Amino acid sequence: MDNILLEVKNLHAGIDGKEILKGINFTMRPGEVHAIMGPNGSGKSTFSSVLAGNPAFAVTEGEVDFHGKDLLELSPEDRSHEGLFLSFQYPVEIPGVSMVNFMRAAVNEKRKYFNEPPLSASDFLKLMRQKRAVVELDNKLASRSVNEGFSGGEKKRNEIFQMAVLEPRLSILDETDSGLDIDALRIVAGGVNKLKTSDNATIVITHYQRLLDYIKPDFVHVLYKGRIVRTGGPELALELEEKGYDWIKQEVDNQ
Amino acid sequence: MGSLAQYILLYNDNRRDIDAHSAPVLNAMRPAALDALAGKELPEKGTESYEKTSVDRMFAPDYGVNINRVNIPVDVAASFKCDVPNMSTLMAFVVNDTFVPSSSLHLKLPAGVIVDSLSRAAKDYPELVAAYYGKTAPMEDTAVALNTLLVQDGVFVYIPRGVKLEKPLQLVNIFNSPADMLAVRRMLIVIEDDAEAQLLVCDHTQDSAHRYLSSQVIELTVGRNARFDLYDIEESTAKTSRYSRLFARQESGSNLLVNGMTLVGGCTRNGYDIDIMGEGCETLLAGMAIGSGEQHTDNCSNVNHRAPHCHSRQLFKYVLDDRSTGAFEGSILVTPAARFTEAYQSNRNLLASSDARMHTKPQLEIYNDDVKCSHGATTGQLDAQALFYMRTRGVSEKEARMMLMQAFMVDVIDAVRMPGLCDRLRHLVEKRFYGQQTLCADCGVTAVTQATDNSE
Repeated sequence: MDNILLEVKNLHAGIDGKEILKGINFTMRPGEVHAIMGPNGSGKSTFSSVLAGNPAFAVTEGEVDFHGKDLLELSPEDRSHEGLFLSFQYPVEIPGVSMVNFMRAAVNEKRKYFNEPPLSASDFLKLMRQKRAVVELDNKLASRSVNEGFSGGEKKRNEIFQMAVLEPRLSILDETDSGLDIDALRIVAGGVNKLKTSDNATIVITHYQRLLDYIKPDFVHVLYKGRIVRTGGPELALELEEKGYDWIKQEVDNQ
Repeated sequence: MGSLAQYILLYNDNRRDIDAHSAPVLNAMRPAALDALAGKELPEKGTESYEKTSVDRMFAPDYGVNINRVNIPVDVAASFKCDVPNMSTLMAFVVNDTFVPSSSLHLKLPAGVIVDSLSRAAKDYPELVAAYYGKTAPMEDTAVALNTLLVQDGVFVYIPRGVKLEKPLQLVNIFNSPADMLAVRRMLIVIEDDAEAQLLVCDHTQDSAHRYLSSQVIELTVGRNARFDLYDIEESTAKTSRYSRLFARQESGSNLLVNGMTLVGGCTRNGYDIDIMGEGCETLLAGMAIGSGEQHTDNCSNVNHRAPHCHSRQLFKYVLDDRSTGAFEGSILVTPAARFTEAYQSNRNLLASSDARMHTKPQLEIYNDDVKCSHGATTGQLDAQALFYMRTRGVSEKEARMMLMQAFMVDVIDAVRMPGLCDRLRHLVEKRFYGQQTLCADCGVTAVTQATDNSE
């Protein structure tokens, strides 16, 4: 069991009494990139929401170990402090809350969690400057309200910027490629790759092979009807790109 | 029998003392006020325009009234230190119901400008005060009549024609007395043609032991092409009630901004009646209320367009937590004469707890076709998506809620156009949401200055 970052065992979860995840088993080690693919409605976004602790979803069965911690017992904010990061498919606009105040709160709450003093104003600004460069985020966006009036590409870049600031051990990128043109995709993927180390890991949730040209996965999982029905190497993504999901659906549905 | 009777009795028993400690101009109005009150009662809850607030109940407790103008020592410096920033203002105080200028205030005022005790001004400038006193506030309103019946002092602000005040005026209303008390407060503000001024008023209660009620009437005249801002911040205690009525009259080309902010209070009712009498006026009426505990805040607005080519905008926002309640009844009236009116009203409310309640009633009354008017009211809860998003970034739920509630008030604060006040308000609102009420009593300043009685 040494060196396991995330271990999901028989995870069942749902919303409003409707079960969506029906027994997910999933293991990750530091340094790995896992892609989770699957047709619409298979539970991909639910899986990421449940891992991040969205209170709208209820876990009904199973356990999740995150580097020795019982993840499901932690609040969303403590999951963040412990190194979990979710890049949202639809980043939320928060009018009236400036990016700067938002990030300062995020950074300093994490420091508080680890009994560290708040960052000084100058150190904080330096950190912001440094991390903005990772995804070429315009300084002007940093002075605006969180995601308010940002273009689709800017919102996704902003997600990766926040990821760069928080330096998570496990990043979950939920459909980060949706709504991105090819240039934005390259910048976002480039940012993710720059942040990759042998100590952290990434889950890439995507519909399409396209993003995986930029962020190379070690493993590809297919999620269907709330279960991981197939796991393979990068070649599985290429196969799906070519043949679609129908053959997998048929295989599963005929079982 | 309603609560009005005890005040009429008080007047009848003390006529001579009330008059003796006031000024002839004020005394002259009392008989008419008494007549106006005959057979009347103070508005009860559930009546027209008072659906959620009983004025009768606010006035029901047996409050003392300082008819004989007994000197009550009070620490004005404490309020100053706590909540009023070094904003470089021309400052005065009203201690309970008595005007107290800051030292050498009169020396700092430009020539012709008057900021003084109403009763003193009524003696020094009887014709000027008589020309405006009781002219915009209608005596048919029982609360106005009651205020007129009992008022002995107040504040007179006079900005003569063409004078533009560089520094804002600041008035600090302070409650502090050895017994429960009703303060009858009155302001008469005259901004003559082409004049400009800004006034910041804040209400404080220095001791949280006693119950207080302020009955306030503000009469405001804004002359042709004049510009006036009134910011009114209430930061008192749960035991302090406030019944405030503003009556404003705008002449052509004038620009008026009124922003009332209820940060802390017990039961608060603010009425705003703005009559737009001349062409080409601009009016912004804004307000916010932050409620917690059992606090009740009620704002009632009437913006009356009586002349063509005027613009008005109303923006009221409430954040209500715990078991606090709020009410907003706002109306826009556009008379047949007020063609080409643009008038907008918005009331948006956030309920931060499942026990908080908001009542909102926006109204439009339009009597001609060439207008652009709209009103909107929404009441909702904190955005669950935004909360979750913030929490995934490590911001605690409590902190995220605070940030969202503060963000909700941003546009009311941004409407402020007094230098320094925006930042100060952001700070005050932040502190308020974090529950760090900066009561004057907590600030530890011990220097006590003796309030002087200016009404003689």
